[in-house]
Amino acid sequence: MEPTVSFVLNGKPVSVASPRDRMLVWVLRDELGLTGTKVGCEAGLCGACTVIVDSEAVPSCSTTLGDVAGKAVLTIEGLALDGKLNPVQEAFREHHAFQCGYCTSGMIMAAWAFLKKKPKATRSEIVEAMEGNLCRCGAHVRILDAVESAGQAMGGAR
Amino acid sequence: MRRRDFLQGVAAGAVTFLFTIPAGSAPIVPTRPGAYPEDFNAFLKISADGRVGCFVGKVELGQGAMTVLAMLVAEELELDPAKVDMVLGDTDLCPWDLPTGGSLTMWHTAPVLRGAAAEARAVLLGMASNSLNAPVADLALKDGAIWVKTAPARRTTFGELVKGRKLERHLGKVKPKPLSDCTLIGRRVPRKDALAKVTGAAKYAGDLRLPGTLHACILRPPAQGQTLVAADTSAAERVPGVRIVRDGSLLAVLHPQPDTARKALALVKGTFEGPEPDVDDARIYQYLVDKAAPGQRVMISRGDVAAGEKRAATVVEGEYRNAYESHATLEPHASVAKWEGGRMTVWSSTQSPFVFRDSVAEALKLPPDKVHIIAQFVGGGFGGKLVGLDAVEAARIARQVPGVPIQVAWNREEDFFLDGYRPAAVVKIRSGLDAGRGAITFWDSTVAGVSQGEAELAYDMQSNRYQAPAVPNLHPLKVGAWRAPNAHTNAFARESQLDALAAKAGLDPVTLRRRLITDGRLLSLLDLAVETFGWEPAPGPTGRGIGLACGAWRQGLVVAIAQVSVDKATGKVKTERVLEAVDVGLVVNPDGARQQVEGAITQCIGQALSEEIRFKGGRILDKNFDTYLLPRFSAIPRIQVVFPETSTAVTQGIGEPPVVPVAAALANAVFDATGARVTHVPFTPERVLEALKHAPAR
Ligand code: FES
Ligand code: FES
Repeated sequence: MEPTVSFVLNGKPVSVASPRDRMLVWVLRDELGLTGTKVGCEAGLCGACTVIVDSEAVPSCSTTLGDVAGKAVLTIEGLALDGKLNPVQEAFREHHAFQCGYCTSGMIMAAWAFLKKKPKATRSEIVEAMEGNLCRCGAHVRILDAVESAGQAMGGAR
Repeated sequence: MRRRDFLQGVAAGAVTFLFTIPAGSAPIVPTRPGAYPEDFNAFLKISADGRVGCFVGKVELGQGAMTVLAMLVAEELELDPAKVDMVLGDTDLCPWDLPTGGSLTMWHTAPVLRGAAAEARAVLLGMASNSLNAPVADLALKDGAIWVKTAPARRTTFGELVKGRKLERHLGKVKPKPLSDCTLIGRRVPRKDALAKVTGAAKYAGDLRLPGTLHACILRPPAQGQTLVAADTSAAERVPGVRIVRDGSLLAVLHPQPDTARKALALVKGTFEGPEPDVDDARIYQYLVDKAAPGQRVMISRGDVAAGEKRAATVVEGEYRNAYESHATLEPHASVAKWEGGRMTVWSSTQSPFVFRDSVAEALKLPPDKVHIIAQFVGGGFGGKLVGLDAVEAARIARQVPGVPIQVAWNREEDFFLDGYRPAAVVKIRSGLDAGRGAITFWDSTVAGVSQGEAELAYDMQSNRYQAPAVPNLHPLKVGAWRAPNAHTNAFARESQLDALAAKAGLDPVTLRRRLITDGRLLSLLDLAVETFGWEPAPGPTGRGIGLACGAWRQGLVVAIAQVSVDKATGKVKTERVLEAVDVGLVVNPDGARQQVEGAITQCIGQALSEEIRFKGGRILDKNFDTYLLPRFSAIPRIQVVFPETSTAVTQGIGEPPVVPVAAALANAVFDATGARVTHVPFTPERVLEALKHAPAR
């Protein structure tokens, strides 16, 4: 039996009996059943697997379980509170800022982590913040619009 | 099934009956492959609570099929589209349909579905007329309720009418509502998949976690086309929980954890055999030209090309190339298969559930009705998920472990390796303009790598000849349909060549096209694009970096105008602005259509500037997104999309048309910026620098 690793997942403490060098994305998807976090490249290149660890957006395909021991992990499933969408989710829905939706969880997590720090970001700062996230369907323009308006909704009106 | 004008729709059948079925039960109306069912009940089920289930064999790839099809049904039945529950791509529950691709959904399926909904409306009104004892003309219908207009208390609902009843009626053809009465068509409707996608709840094939699932990782050869002859699995078998399955040359490592299965696979040593072609990504173009040469056939020809050449005052000779390009859907291919009770069920990331069903059946030597495909949300298709190799692999493995769900989820390297690419191609064109600069006297085109599909556009030509090869297995790599196949390759060549002719003759490129275009619809679309963009006529190169191109996919027409800046020191092209004017007939769902155009423009910036599969023999050198470069946020220009206010065209799909002219518009913009003509897609910085070397000094 593996020793357990404990961390806080979407606000609740969890313990997982899995090797510390296992990538977080597999722990989330397989051990914890949270499949909203997607897998696109397993190499930190596409951002589909982005989650937030202690307020930083990280690729969970390149973050080990050991890396998050004792930390707070937030996934797409933990964003909506009491059934109310978070402002970034709301903006993505409103702007139809997705097509196939496969990049969407990662986009929303990257945007949320960024806007929490900088709701008053300029368009080019948003571009820079989202540069690590790929979208093959070409929803980019709407994603930028959505992130911008979510920032405004969060009190960052410029 | 004859194709009809979208607005006429097609009334579904003669005999009608209505009843509800529990979810998951056997197909309500047996379907004959190759045709849509006559009975509208195959498409629509009205449940006791008045919600309407809509069953269609198409899938949601992100293109918005779920939303636009629900809109059509809701329009006829006067419902909120949120009350229409879409069941897509389940081969047991949905009537047969063609693959979701080629922009066929709106052209092909939509009129049938609309006809079915119109008939359902008429049947419901007829039933209400009986139960309310009032003529149909006196009834009103809205939100699932039907009432007597003059006495609203006399009302009933879909649920009450249908519940427990079975009805047979001969209604003949029923006309859908006239457009003037439509309240949803042409409006913005919230996407039905929005909530699931922004919350992470949407399930893609790789997200399924059926109890007892084993994840299968398959041993791949180093080169395309090779097969496994021997394998040493001893080290992998020592990993606790690992199970090895072999079926002919297919060898899979199974484990309850996907990452452990992948690690154990790395311990398997395989020996593969098979010839590798002696070609690589640099030599492919000569390879194709040489191999195609003996098989070149004249596919289209008009007038005397030799005589036309004698009349020409300006002659241009061009050779245009494009590389192999991957679909690179963000979701790699994935399927889950389970063999149980003599039936194979496969949950799949698929554009074509019925093709997948037949492929799995054939591979396992089963009758097709013993295979059940259930499409999941699909993380992008673009023509890459039409074939079903992953489904067949999962099914072959599952057949050997009865009762155990087997998940095959390719990783990125497999996805690049096993993809069927947009074919590499070479198009050579010699053509000439008369002294009056108003007529193409000849146009002589030879293509290798793709067909002559959509090579022609509505341009007047005194003579022309299009040759394309009839050579089987022309390509050394696996190729497939990539969004607007053939058309975008041919449009790149044609529109670049026209631009070169215009420049050589000292003509503004729009002026030249205006003189040549024979189709009123294309001409007014050109005007719309030019006006919206603010095109100022001048012969190129002007230094402004603005280029234009036209294109077609069936009756869908597009004019693209792009503006770029070029860093002459590095060869880097930055797209500043792209406008597309798109005429696809009546636009049912304008926001969805706009999304398709925005997406196509964005995707084609990658196609034009950076995406290329590099290979040596059968070895694919691109294994991930570090070398295979998709456009990122910093590459995205300002995008504008315009539709004509009215159109005489029958409603067309919009997945493919906006792809067609983008690369050409960008290449023409590079020429306008620099005087250098880039003729090789993608025009990477190296290729731009090379072209700059040959550009006349300005
Ligand atoms: S899957 Fe983690 S960055 Fe692509
Ligand atoms: S919506 Fe498909 S990858 Fe972004």
